Amino acid sequence: MEVLIGVRGPGYVLLASNLNQVRGITIMKPDDDKSRVLNKHNLMLYSGEPGDTVQFAEYVTANVALYSRRNEELELHTEAVSSFVRRELADSLRSRHPYQVNLLIGGYDITDDTAKLYWIDYLGTKAEVPYAAQGYASYYLLSMFDRHMTPETPMEEALALLKKGYEELERRMPLSLGGFVTKCVDKDGVRVVDVTRGIQLVA
Amino acid sequence: MARRYDSRVTTFSPEGRLYQVEYAMQAISQAGTVLGIQGTDGVVLVSEKKVLSKLLEQDTSTEKIYVLNDDILCGVAGITSDANILINYAREAAQKSLLTYNVNIPVEQLVRRMCDLKQGYTQYGGLRPFGVSFVYAGYDKIHGFQLYQSNPSGNYGGWKATSVGANNQSAQSLLKQDYNDDMTLEACCSLALKVLSKTMDGSTLSSEKVELATVGKNKEGNVYHHIWTPEEIDALLKKEGLFKKDDAQT
Repeated sequence: MEVLIGVRGPGYVLLASNLNQVRGITIMKPDDDKSRVLNKHNLMLYSGEPGDTVQFAEYVTANVALYSRRNEELELHTEAVSSFVRRELADSLRSRHPYQVNLLIGGYDITDDTAKLYWIDYLGTKAEVPYAAQGYASYYLLSMFDRHMTPETPMEEALALLKKGYEELERRMPLSLGGFVTKCVDKDGVRVVDVTRGIQLVA
Repeated sequence: MARRYDSRVTTFSPEGRLYQVEYAMQAISQAGTVLGIQGTDGVVLVSEKKVLSKLLEQDTSTEKIYVLNDDILCGVAGITSDANILINYAREAAQKSLLTYNVNIPVEQLVRRMCDLKQGYTQYGGLRPFGVSFVYAGYDKIHGFQLYQSNPSGNYGGWKATSVGANNQSAQSLLKQDYNDDMTLEACCSLALKVLSKTMDGSTLSSEKVELATVGKNKEGNVYHHIWTPEEIDALLKKEGLFKKDDAQT
């Protein structure tokens, strides 16, 4: 029950993932970071088949870094990163063992100075969206974002909205998610803006 | 004489030279000149055609200037059939990059890809190098309008103004004298034709002998490439007072 969430506003993208890493009936790790920083202005969150996820994420990270090394430190911008990732997943689909990885890619696109959020699934479906979630979280959160998120919502408001969302997920999902780590991507790069652990709900 | 070290293209001579590469450059110095000039708002390519005949279908065939993708043109000096192979390769490389990144390939990356291919033919395979030099004119968001030149060795450089082919040294020194950093595309076109007229042999200077192409930005700010029609070229030549037609030609 991995949860990935993203919201995009003027000049920023907030990306969040839950902290628990579960195998069977055991919580393996209470501080799992389901993300990779691809370059200064791009962050990718991943979920799906264990093993495939990290393999694919690191493969993408390495290729994005290689591009910069080869091309005088030119930073691949968000649109190009998402197209590259989508193409890799689409090619993987018709191979012997497709990667079963679902992603959210958030970035500050330096070629046109806008924030962008991409939802990409293991089939190679890509959509640029104002907000999104991977996993069951979408059933709970999309309606909330429909109601409260606008293209002008400032980052602090969006973060408060996300926190309400975390509360809702802990209240209504049958498996404990262990809290969330929220990161912000804007013109200054990627940084952690919030870590919410063990949300206590008074019955 | 260096005959002994000629046959194997992938071998150095005792003086540390690659003769086949040098011979390729010799072939190119006999070919028609190609000039390129980069301005503040565009790049121009101008070339001297060697194949002349009234029977040539002027409007539909270009001898020396080719489109690589929406934002990049190139001018060719040397063996045209060799050039065709490289141009096809460049077009495929540009589209492959577009397929992966959904963005037009940056000009320098395309140049580098072609040059890496050319370099391969100087190091392994036992095949002769391509007998072509290119002048590339293009645009990308990273560096704006750019001009590059490459040769059979696989080396390339970025230029403000350059030329390849016959008389390229005199063209280069004329360009050095008259070029300045603030030229508009229009001024570049005029300068290119002026320089070409001084380095070309023969008494004719018209669209029969000249090809011209530009990469620029239109009023809406969108990048375009344009291979000029014979009528447009003649109009500019007449405007610059450079138009010359030798009626005794067949």
